[in-house]
Amino acid sequence: MIQADLTVILPEVVLAVYAMLALIVAVYTSKDRLAPTLVWTTGALMALLGLWIMTGPGGTRAAFGGMILDDGFARFAKVAILFSAAAVLVMSQEYMSRRGLLRFEYPLLVTLAAVGMMVMVSASDLMVLYMGLELQSLALYVVAALRRDSVKSTEAGLKYFVLGALSSGLLLYGASLVYGYAGTTLFSGIIQTAQHGSVSVGLLFGLVFLISGMAFKVSAVPFHMWTPDVYEGSPTPVTAFFATAPKVAAMALIARVLHDAFGNAVADWSQVIALLSLLSMFLGAVAAIGQRDIKRLMAYSSIAHMGYALMGLAAGTAFGVQSMLIYMAIYVTMNLGTFAFILMMEKDGKPVTDIRALNMYSKREPGKALAMLILMFSMAGVPPMLGFFGKFYVLRAAYEGGLAWLAIAGVVASVIAAFYYLRIVYYMYFGEEGEELDTHSSPVLWVVLTGAAAMMLLGIVNMFGVEGAAAAAAATLVN
Amino acid sequence: MDNLLSIVTFIPALAALILALFLRGEDAAAQRNAKWVAMFATSVTFLVSLAIYSGFDPADTGFQMVEEGEWLLGLKYKMGVDGISVLFVLLTTFIMPLSILASWQVKTRVKEYMIAFLLLETLMLGVFMALDLVLFYLFFEAGLIPMFLIIGIWGGKDRIYASFKFFLYTFLGSVLMLVAMVAMFADAGTTDIEMLLAHEFASDGFSVLGFHVLGGMQTLLFLAFFASFAVKIPMWPVHTWLPDAHVQAPTAGSVVLAAIMLKMGGYGFLRFSLPMFPVGSEVMAPLVLWMSAIAIVYTSLVALVQDDMKKLIAYSSVAHMGFVTMGIFAANQQGLDGAIFQMVSHGFISAALFLCVGVIYDRMHTRDIDAYGGLVNRMPAYALVFMFFTMGNVGLPGTSGFIGEFLTMMGAFQVNTWVTAVAASGVIFSACYALWLYRRVVFGDLIKESLKTIQDMSAREKWIFAPLVAMTLLLGVYPSLVTDIIGPSTTALIDKFDTALAAAEAATQHASN
Repeated sequence: MIQADLTVILPEVVLAVYAMLALIVAVYTSKDRLAPTLVWTTGALMALLGLWIMTGPGGTRAAFGGMILDDGFARFAKVAILFSAAAVLVMSQEYMSRRGLLRFEYPLLVTLAAVGMMVMVSASDLMVLYMGLELQSLALYVVAALRRDSVKSTEAGLKYFVLGALSSGLLLYGASLVYGYAGTTLFSGIIQTAQHGSVSVGLLFGLVFLISGMAFKVSAVPFHMWTPDVYEGSPTPVTAFFATAPKVAAMALIARVLHDAFGNAVADWSQVIALLSLLSMFLGAVAAIGQRDIKRLMAYSSIAHMGYALMGLAAGTAFGVQSMLIYMAIYVTMNLGTFAFILMMEKDGKPVTDIRALNMYSKREPGKALAMLILMFSMAGVPPMLGFFGKFYVLRAAYEGGLAWLAIAGVVASVIAAFYYLRIVYYMYFGEEGEELDTHSSPVLWVVLTGAAAMMLLGIVNMFGVEGAAAAAAATLVN
Repeated sequence: MDNLLSIVTFIPALAALILALFLRGEDAAAQRNAKWVAMFATSVTFLVSLAIYSGFDPADTGFQMVEEGEWLLGLKYKMGVDGISVLFVLLTTFIMPLSILASWQVKTRVKEYMIAFLLLETLMLGVFMALDLVLFYLFFEAGLIPMFLIIGIWGGKDRIYASFKFFLYTFLGSVLMLVAMVAMFADAGTTDIEMLLAHEFASDGFSVLGFHVLGGMQTLLFLAFFASFAVKIPMWPVHTWLPDAHVQAPTAGSVVLAAIMLKMGGYGFLRFSLPMFPVGSEVMAPLVLWMSAIAIVYTSLVALVQDDMKKLIAYSSVAHMGFVTMGIFAANQQGLDGAIFQMVSHGFISAALFLCVGVIYDRMHTRDIDAYGGLVNRMPAYALVFMFFTMGNVGLPGTSGFIGEFLTMMGAFQVNTWVTAVAASGVIFSACYALWLYRRVVFGDLIKESLKTIQDMSAREKWIFAPLVAMTLLLGVYPSLVTDIIGPSTTALIDKFDTALAAAEAATQHASN
């Protein structure tokens, strides 16, 4: 019995055991000097596990009395989480080593966060959900404050912690209400009680609190306040991590709760999600216009992108979930490429985040500038880049879900957002010659940047099979 | 050749890829190579596209040379041409080598410049050939990227403002069309344009937020597409991006913008609005007709007071596009034929006029009308060419400009006499501004010191104008070259349009009985 349960969560077990073993080894041997090796082994292990999950057997398996579910949906999210976490790790190694930031705890905290995320997307019970969420969050609070001697970094960590704790409180309160009114914490039990038309007020309150707590994790408006400060204050590789894997996990978690636990009461939450989506898209688009710091800009950009992903969810259909998964996969790829670029922005060895420093970057680094141009247009949702198809899918999901107004609002917001993506292109291509950035480049970052840009262009042929995988994943969640 | 259309479309992109990958350096040799590769690629594209022309059967009103393949999400990669689109394809391949030739003097970032133009050609050709909604949108929107860069990098003093305005303006129009496309996809279950043409979108009126919408879904879809195409073509009052973009764009950029990109709007009306939403078009036609009439008169008057030559020609473009929209929404044989003819003819004439400005701009680096005068004394050949195209712009019989204006007015007259009367006064105004411009620039005594040493056109410049002169004259005296090709297709379009309207009418009457 226990053995069967453990095989279901084998990847999580492997990662957790690895993290603890590596921790012991590092503490008792050479500590930080081991860090680069640890980064690479962790990255490799995550990539391997990702491949393993991807090629493993299909089907749905439940463990621990139905508290953990390993289905196609969870596997899709896990693969995305593992690959993006691995990519961020290998991207950060060189940057952090040169600045003396690379402690051996960093890869291990990222590993533990990844374990937490994998639990989150598999959770089929409110308690397990909370456990996974906290494991992820606690690890993230620490990595946000990784630069201990920097005021901004510690401020980011503290801010993230305080607001994160608040959101966890909201979530727990919601969970307790749901438990009180549904009589169970199992999703499979809640869904029996939460039938549309007969959802009790207490259960509704619980649902709203749950959504608020989870919306904080995806930084949807109005729960986004922490995002710009944390993005700006954290070391850039950590920001890159925040912008990718945790967003996938939290978005998958929302989809899981809404469909597995409240799938019979779509009309009760669809409007809430639609409103979150609307606010996120517009705030993300408008607030980023004034930003000169590229990390803050990316923070608002990710808020806007979360709005589009939520638009797919708001439809409340299997196609909506599929469009959300595709959107997230594309979003993560774009962000990895963009952050690879940001990691390469430096002057005299110091990181630069002011976008004005990109003046005429295309003259000196035509290849990198072109890759960034492709990514920026992709973010703006201009065809033929893949970012356009992400938007096309969620628009279609929203329209077919009866949310035509949201689709119209979304495209209008995308025009506003296009302005600040274009401005980066403007600095790189049309600007005046000014102070020059170093032409520093690391092979890993270069590969990630050009790889992401190439995927944005070549992906329009068949999307590398992500479309089919997302459809299969969504079908296991919504039926 | 089964995939002739794809070959024509992607030859320029291939050349751009070769330039991007294999050409290194910024020295004179590399610049020369970039120019010749671009020149070669666009010429080859033109020659191959002649095979489309020779293989095209005007009597067949369906799509020809169709290629089809599966794509994402049930979308299709489908290309094809019919009588409406084939001429735009040829116009594009014809204009591109000339605009490359006109860019011979570009000095900065030549490689990137040529790559941008080559990619732009692929995307523009794709617009006219795509037979899938989303594929069409993809080409339509992607064309903004190279144009944004062309204006922004190689443009004039205020290029940043112009490029952002160009991009955001047209982007806003297009995204609304995207939502409409999503709605059509959901309604018809396909994005195949051929199948959508056969699909009937609901036309019974319904209420949105308490407002009764005549023509129902069709009107809403029409408005969404209208938002995109009206900005693109452009119609008054959403034309303001065009003068800015034209003034700031490099000469070849203006040529491509005026000769080809504006036509995407008109093509869109003919491909989507009219045949797919006949009831919506019928509901909105009076408004569009009046907007066209206002555009013709208003922008002609605005053109009269311009100091900048390019701005003047840009406003005259808006006026001429007014004739196009008037012809299209007259929705009869003469109107449609005239609209397409006007677009093709405007493709030659406006391209030539922008090139004329380019010729003297290259020499004097100013577009101020006041900076010139008396050019005929030193540049007789230039004066002749400029005179010819000024006459074409005015619509002198014997040039292609006359046929288009005449046909559209003839079409519109049968529908709305007042609109036509107003539009006809625009013809007079166009003569005013064009002739006055010509007088101020070319005639008079050559008194300006700076102009005393100006040189007449070089052989390269003469070669650019020769084909344009030939085409303008040829179409002016032998218009059936165009009307024979488009005739059967426009007839079929009008028949379908009238049948659909009659059916909708019958349905409404049936419902009210």
